[in-house]
Amino acid sequence: MIGGLFIYNHKGEVLISRVYRDDIGRNAVDAFRVNVIHARQQVRSPVTNIARTSFFHVKRSNIWLAAVTKQNVNAAMVFEFLYKMCDVMTAYFGKISEENIKNNFVLIYELLDEILDFGYPQNSETGALKTFITQQGIKGQCQTKEEQSQITSQVTGQIGWRREGIKYRRNELFLDVLESVNLLMSPQGQVLSAHVSGRVVMKSYLSGMPECKFGMNDKIVIDKQGKGGASDDAGKSDLGGGSGKQSIAIDDCTFHQCVRLSKFDSERSISFIPPDGEYELMRYRTTKDIILPFRVIPLVREVGRTKLEVKVVIKSNFKPSLLAQKIEVRIPTPLNTSGVQVICMKGKAKYKASENAIVWKIKRMAGMKESQISAEIELLPTNDKKKWARPPISMNFEVPFAPSGLKVRYLKVFESKLNYSDHDVIKWVRYIGRSGIYETRC
Amino acid sequence: MPTVSKGDGMRGLAVFISDIRNCKSKEAEVKRINKELANIRSKFKGDKALDGYSKKKYVCKLLFIFLLGHDIDFGHMEAVNLLSSNKYTEKQIGYLFISVLVNSNSDLIRLINNAIKNDLASRNPTFMNLALHCIANVGSREMAEAQKQICFLTWICSCFQGVVTAATSLITTLAQKSPDDFKTSVCLAVARLSRIVTSASLDLQDYTYYFVAAPWLSVKLLRLLQCYPPPEDAALRSRLTECLETILNKAQEPPKSKKVQHSNAKNAVLFEAIALIIHHDSEPNLLVRACNQLGHFLQHRETNLRYLALESMCTLASSEFSHEAVKTHIETVINALKTERDVSVRQRAVDLLYAMCDRSNSKQIVAEMLSYLETADYSIREEIVLKVAILAEKYAVDYTWYVDTILNLIRIAGDYVSEEVWYRVIQIVINQDDVQGYAAKTVFEALQAPACHENLVKVGGYILGEFGNLIAGDPRSSPLVQFNLLHSKFHLCSVPTRALLLSAYIKFINLFPEVKGTIQDVLRSDSQLRNADVELQQRAVEYLRLSCIASTDILVSKNSAKRASSPSLGFNDALNLNSTPSSGASLLVDVFTDLSNPAPTEGSDEHFTRFVCKNNGVIYENQLLQIGLKSEYRQNLGRIYVFYGNKTSTQFLSFSTSVTSNDLLTPQLNVQVKPVDPLIEAGAQLQQILNIECVSDFSEAPVLNIQFRYGGTLQNITVKLPVMLNKFFQPTEMTSQDFFQRWKQLGAPQQEVQKIFKAKNQMDTDVAKAKLLGFGVALLDGVDPNPANFVGAGIIHTKTTQVGCLLRLEPNTQAQMYRLTLRTSKESVSQRLCELLSEQF
Repeated sequence: MIGGLFIYNHKGEVLISRVYRDDIGRNAVDAFRVNVIHARQQVRSPVTNIARTSFFHVKRSNIWLAAVTKQNVNAAMVFEFLYKMCDVMTAYFGKISEENIKNNFVLIYELLDEILDFGYPQNSETGALKTFITQQGIKGQCQTKEEQSQITSQVTGQIGWRREGIKYRRNELFLDVLESVNLLMSPQGQVLSAHVSGRVVMKSYLSGMPECKFGMNDKIVIDKQGKGGASDDAGKSDLGGGSGKQSIAIDDCTFHQCVRLSKFDSERSISFIPPDGEYELMRYRTTKDIILPFRVIPLVREVGRTKLEVKVVIKSNFKPSLLAQKIEVRIPTPLNTSGVQVICMKGKAKYKASENAIVWKIKRMAGMKESQISAEIELLPTNDKKKWARPPISMNFEVPFAPSGLKVRYLKVFESKLNYSDHDVIKWVRYIGRSGIYETRC
Repeated sequence: MPTVSKGDGMRGLAVFISDIRNCKSKEAEVKRINKELANIRSKFKGDKALDGYSKKKYVCKLLFIFLLGHDIDFGHMEAVNLLSSNKYTEKQIGYLFISVLVNSNSDLIRLINNAIKNDLASRNPTFMNLALHCIANVGSREMAEAQKQICFLTWICSCFQGVVTAATSLITTLAQKSPDDFKTSVCLAVARLSRIVTSASLDLQDYTYYFVAAPWLSVKLLRLLQCYPPPEDAALRSRLTECLETILNKAQEPPKSKKVQHSNAKNAVLFEAIALIIHHDSEPNLLVRACNQLGHFLQHRETNLRYLALESMCTLASSEFSHEAVKTHIETVINALKTERDVSVRQRAVDLLYAMCDRSNSKQIVAEMLSYLETADYSIREEIVLKVAILAEKYAVDYTWYVDTILNLIRIAGDYVSEEVWYRVIQIVINQDDVQGYAAKTVFEALQAPACHENLVKVGGYILGEFGNLIAGDPRSSPLVQFNLLHSKFHLCSVPTRALLLSAYIKFINLFPEVKGTIQDVLRSDSQLRNADVELQQRAVEYLRLSCIASTDILVSKNSAKRASSPSLGFNDALNLNSTPSSGASLLVDVFTDLSNPAPTEGSDEHFTRFVCKNNGVIYENQLLQIGLKSEYRQNLGRIYVFYGNKTSTQFLSFSTSVTSNDLLTPQLNVQVKPVDPLIEAGAQLQQILNIECVSDFSEAPVLNIQFRYGGTLQNITVKLPVMLNKFFQPTEMTSQDFFQRWKQLGAPQQEVQKIFKAKNQMDTDVAKAKLLGFGVALLDGVDPNPANFVGAGIIHTKTTQVGCLLRLEPNTQAQMYRLTLRTSKESVSQRLCELLSEQF
């Protein structure tokens, strides 16, 4: 179990130190600073073992969060906890920065007391925490007995993530499918590796204790229904706007704790009582039949020892009616570059010396279009015989569809006790596909 | 930009450095550096020529980036250009860049060489300085060869102190490479040094730095002198001694200034002088004075001084003249260890303690180190552990202290105790009969702790498995208790330890038949027999089978032998069990391999006496060779298996052995030697059989001569073979009545030998019993009215006669004395047996 939790700033100064178990001494704080933060070689492993003590760390901008233990813990659990911890802090005071942490240290200690007990993670649902850890200070007396007992029953009850008696005038539901597509392509256009990792994020403003059911074009479900001869997908599906693929194969997925896993296991249907507010319903990963929104065609020619000619063509590969946004192509330049001339037909391109790359930005681009950039790079002759390693060209973008082909088929809401039905709920669905590590070798 | 460039200040550089310092993260720093590099590249590439100032600035930036740890692969040409500039600052930066960044096989070396030559020939002393410095710092061979003559001449005749200072660095470097060429420099250096040291402060006014005359040159001269042995010429020598004395005297004068620069300069010269004194190591007087001076520094406020003092003292401690003087500071050093805040100083204190340790203060020092270990930093723990282990062994007066120390060590810093250390404990316990009981008891107590380190479990498993019988008499440590204690640790241990514990269990079955059932149950459990680890599974299966099959005959006979006499038998047996089955096929012969861990040579005479009461063990060991024996005797015949183990990684050639007896012994004892192979492969073991026949009683011992060729040199080793008269004993059981009847028959005064002697080891009944049985006589219970006394009887078989022998041993625990009485039918036999046996207690 987690023995202690430390938060450091970029200099290695301790901002927060909370020790849960006696086996973690004071010198553990220093050990991590000396061996990881100030290490001569950058430490890449997120788990470090120093003198029989394990340190699990994550970094958020300039802030280091480290969980410490002397025992043999489940590392995945510790990291999940650290991520949750980051989410909770962001939900409370926004960006995780040194200043924010210093300004909210009392709150952080309070949170740490609540979400870790003797090193065992407890309820870390922001919605639930916000009911009794508030930023307005202790209201103490104003809080009625009833409210207090309600908190107790909620925190200890079966549905720890939602309290009873929530009421909204308008029952609304927002559903976002957020995907990031990762690619590594050879110069000849052969896909070396590609996968999509996606998340379904919801925001629910629903009264009472509603029961929700979520359906998507999961291959297993569609195939089963196809056999049964059901035809309900004709009417309700196709909320999204991608290409006409029928079903997708999900490699693996995880759910928010509110989803009934037993039901998913037996019927593969996703049903749950949603928390109030924003939460992540599921995460998934697919590797088959990915729609690659862009294709990058590089052309690099070395002219003598002191000159390099680069030409890059990008092609968008989706419905012409859709618009991709925030497109950015990053073309690495050799380390001995002494000057660059760029010509591009669309967008803006610039040589950024601090990153050793040419960055080409395009605001918007419709589907089935193509655009190109050409650059002349001047080199300084060096006495190093090392050849340039030619790092891959990478890309960033945002497209309004799901590259995995996932579609939401339905999202039903049932609330038996209150008098509103599925039709009264206003539902919003949005698809956003972003680039993860999207690289083409040159 | 050039408008800003008045003077030396380079604003661009200052801005760049402060930008870097303000970077909040590594990534930001890298970005800033990349940007700057691109800027410099475009500037260097640019068509218009750069002026000297900007060239200097950019080269400086490159240098700074390089010092931050980034690769620089351009800008060398610009730096070389700077060399030919006429401005001092530009030239200086050029030289700086070159001495840091250019390696000797660069293409630019000729250009650089030229520039240096020009500067050496110039009339400007500061330019000469720069050039000399550069050669001294980076000078490649040919660069130096070409120019050393010029430099040397410059050095001798130059009247500029500055040039001399620069040249001295170069000469020192050259002298380190080829000391013979620069021998003459010694006398010049001494002359110059004495001029500086004895001068009044006014003479060298330009070179006086905070009231210290030419500190840099003095330091460099002293360093140059450290390249050579003390001068042989008496006059020169006394002059040098005088200089050094003056420096030491000056150190005791009150400081002329409170400025830190003054004391820094003074101390720099002083430390270098002390280093020279230590290097010469010939003047006891100076050494002691140096040591006292350092003693003052040990309590100085300045951390750096304390560090340097400790470091110099470490080297002083190894000199025979000053060792005693260093020892007087022991309290201060121990205090430094406890209270010092800086870890590097503490580290030096540990080093010094290690260096000053000897037999007289070893107990104190080891105790201090152990107590410090509990709070020591992680980084130096391993080193301390090793040091404690070495000291404890080197200066162990009695082995109980040694065992205590090492067990303590494992308890405090088990993680840092390497395998060699605990191997060594076991090796020593096995070879020292008198500590075995104590070790078993201590280990047993240490294991009681709820959380003990795995290394302790290993040692515990081994020692209890071997010598658990020695403490089994006490109901608090009965066999079952011992076993349960060990087994309670079993599940917390790693696989190798578990394997060792399983071996300990089979030894327990062997030692104590009463726990056999319990242990078999444990071995039979699924967690053992079906263990996922192949090694553990195999051991469990084999041991279980072994304990079932070999129950009646083999185990019992072994058992009686073990309980009765020789722990050494158990020891060989243990080694067989301990070596992992996968490690080699020749296990059964390979009795001694596990012993080949670090073992200094021990006198074989000591080994000889140890073999009086036992038949097997290691008789000789050095870095190359280990000789082990296994012997068996029946009546007047004996057979010794000698195992020669090659500990090196090369083979022994023309290996031959012979046994010689002196004239007296030859008719009394026949030794027949079987021939051996002339070659022992690296790491291999060779077995030789010696057949022995006892013709009549004897008191000498035959000598085994070994000859072999190792790496070209011929090695000769002689070992006294442990063949003693008592080996031919046949124990005889008799009733009390018979005993007294015979005792009276042997009443003639020359037949009886009596000896009263002080006990050398702890007086332990079980140990004494074991020794007597190992000696070869049968112990007779209920003969002597006093149960504390031992009574034994046996017959010595020789080819010609048989000699009956009765003995009585009366321990007196209060006075720590023994009385040994022997009666045999032959006077010489009585004498010899008494000699042999009395040595054992």
